[in-house]
Amino acid sequence: MNAQKLDRPDATGRFGDFGGRFAPETLMSALDELEKAFIDAWDDVGFRAELDRWLTEYVGRPTPLHAAPRLSEELGVEVLLKREDLAHTGAHKINNAIGQVLLARRMGKERIIAETGAGQHGVATATAAAALGLECHVYMGEVDIQRQALNVARMRLLGTEVVPVTSGAGTLKDAVNEAMREWVRTVETTHYVIGSVVGPHPFPWIVRQFQRVIGDECLSQLGERRPDVVVACVGGGSNAMGIFYPFAGTGAELVGVEAAGEGIGTGRHGASLGAGTPGILHGARTYMLQDEDGQVEEAHSVSAGLDYPGVGPEHAYFLEAGLARYVSVTDAEALEGVALLARTEGIIPALESAHAVAWVAKARDELAGRTVLINLSGRGDKDMGTIIEWMEGRL
Amino acid sequence: MIRSMFGPDHKVLLPYMTAGLPNEEVSPDLFAAMADAGADGFEIGIPYSDPLMDGPVIQKASQEALEAGIDVDAALRVVEKVAHRTGLPCLAMTYANVVFRIGLEAFCARLASAGAQGVIVPDLPVEEAEPVLGAAAASGLGVVLFVAPTTGEDRIRAVAARDPAFIYGVAELGVTGEREKSSGRAVELSRRVRAVTDIPLVLGVGISTPEQAAEAARVADGVIVGSALVRRVLEAASPENAAKSLNEAVRDLRAAL
Repeated sequence: MNAQKLDRPDATGRFGDFGGRFAPETLMSALDELEKAFIDAWDDVGFRAELDRWLTEYVGRPTPLHAAPRLSEELGVEVLLKREDLAHTGAHKINNAIGQVLLARRMGKERIIAETGAGQHGVATATAAAALGLECHVYMGEVDIQRQALNVARMRLLGTEVVPVTSGAGTLKDAVNEAMREWVRTVETTHYVIGSVVGPHPFPWIVRQFQRVIGDECLSQLGERRPDVVVACVGGGSNAMGIFYPFAGTGAELVGVEAAGEGIGTGRHGASLGAGTPGILHGARTYMLQDEDGQVEEAHSVSAGLDYPGVGPEHAYFLEAGLARYVSVTDAEALEGVALLARTEGIIPALESAHAVAWVAKARDELAGRTVLINLSGRGDKDMGTIIEWMEGRL
Repeated sequence: MIRSMFGPDHKVLLPYMTAGLPNEEVSPDLFAAMADAGADGFEIGIPYSDPLMDGPVIQKASQEALEAGIDVDAALRVVEKVAHRTGLPCLAMTYANVVFRIGLEAFCARLASAGAQGVIVPDLPVEEAEPVLGAAAASGLGVVLFVAPTTGEDRIRAVAARDPAFIYGVAELGVTGEREKSSGRAVELSRRVRAVTDIPLVLGVGISTPEQAAEAARVADGVIVGSALVRRVLEAASPENAAKSLNEAVRDLRAAL
């Protein structure tokens, strides 16, 4: 069956069977308040004009749509790249961060908290908070703090306090847990800028609305043309939903690429949709990695941004409604994707975004003669440490 | 049986303890030591990997229990022994994903057959509670629902309308854990709950000392004390010391109420 995409989740915050609001009672009134404030802001031409001004004059939107001639020739597939890596701070995360920090300021909040994995959402939120003059604290797993030292330094320079999270495996999932715990303590004065299309309602919807600018821009940049396939990497899934949502219903096939890590069969991966089961994670019903008792299992990916055992509930809906399909590529394939794009187009992508490039290379026979739009969600500078290890054969 | 704990001249003391701490064999002894000291019943934590509403102490307890192999089956064996040995009402506390993953009917049936009287799920707000309330009722279990200082009147009414076994009043903003001083916000919360319903109100979160328990009990029907007790077990040099330390702590709390 092919269902329709939904303008917004239903009254219970669900996209079909997914989403909802499994949150501690202390947060419930704040979630209600946030939903009302977002609806009010989104319908306010003044707010939208202010957001557009920030996206244009500060973020640098619209980001280019680049027809990638040498990559296209090498693969025998016509490839278009949406250059979110050229947005200020180097990834699509800034679209949501600017939107939510503007919303927080409008709501009269004095303080911002956020979680981060690879550090891109942390840097984007720290940037938005600096530019708009709000206090900011970012929760980051201590393992990620070690592997993303550059982004930690950027956040500190931007005036944000980076709070190390030692619980669990010290990665993205634990950073979300700790940011939510902090929000339970400070909910009356603080807004939690969640970084992906995850969390209790209304977060998945708000983040999708702030990220849909990616797909909306592509549609207007393409004029009458339409791609046959739209490809994006999926961790929590914000860059993917940002480009998928406007393209759903246009006839384009939507392909989300999850992290297969060391291989789905090894159990060390981040493929929540491809190899997970429905459950409740971070306040929403969605697909996730878990055992028979519902204990959350650790994800694994060479890319910190895809190292997450859940996924946004709207992706779970897209999967079950047949609106998108979800595939995966391994760590090794993703690193080959980095090299391929660097060599053919002079662009070093983030390890996350390289998953999308790598899948197109892997599926070139299936894609031959078709036009493929890849969301190049971020740049690879932050990953050079990992990439150097791989180049030297140490990975 | 949960409601029968409450009486006009009796403030209920419900210790929280993670099941299977420090291990499955010793765990029931710790509950028995608290029963001897005057506990009225127990909130027994089924360990979960991602306890969002818990502070560092209960997080550590959950992690240690999971590492010691305390899965849901093992936790329910502890519940069964505690219920049998102490004869006190046992309420199982765990997170929504465990309940839904095992299946609402299956989970409630297993709890009931272990002798539990009720279930507490801190990430299950009233909007999402309906299916759990139905499954619990079918197994003869009570469900506890939450109110917090941030909860508005309409939500308090919605909670009362579900007729929970008791209302868990979150006494402090933030997750579970000891606080040096109470914020006093529970007083206003209690007044707002009392204006709407006579369902028993039990305060928890941030209540650790006998003084804090006494202060909370002045405006509620009972108190839940968790992290302060769990910390004693985590810090104890031996299981015997843990039992002795818990017995003393619960005795002091009881005396203060």
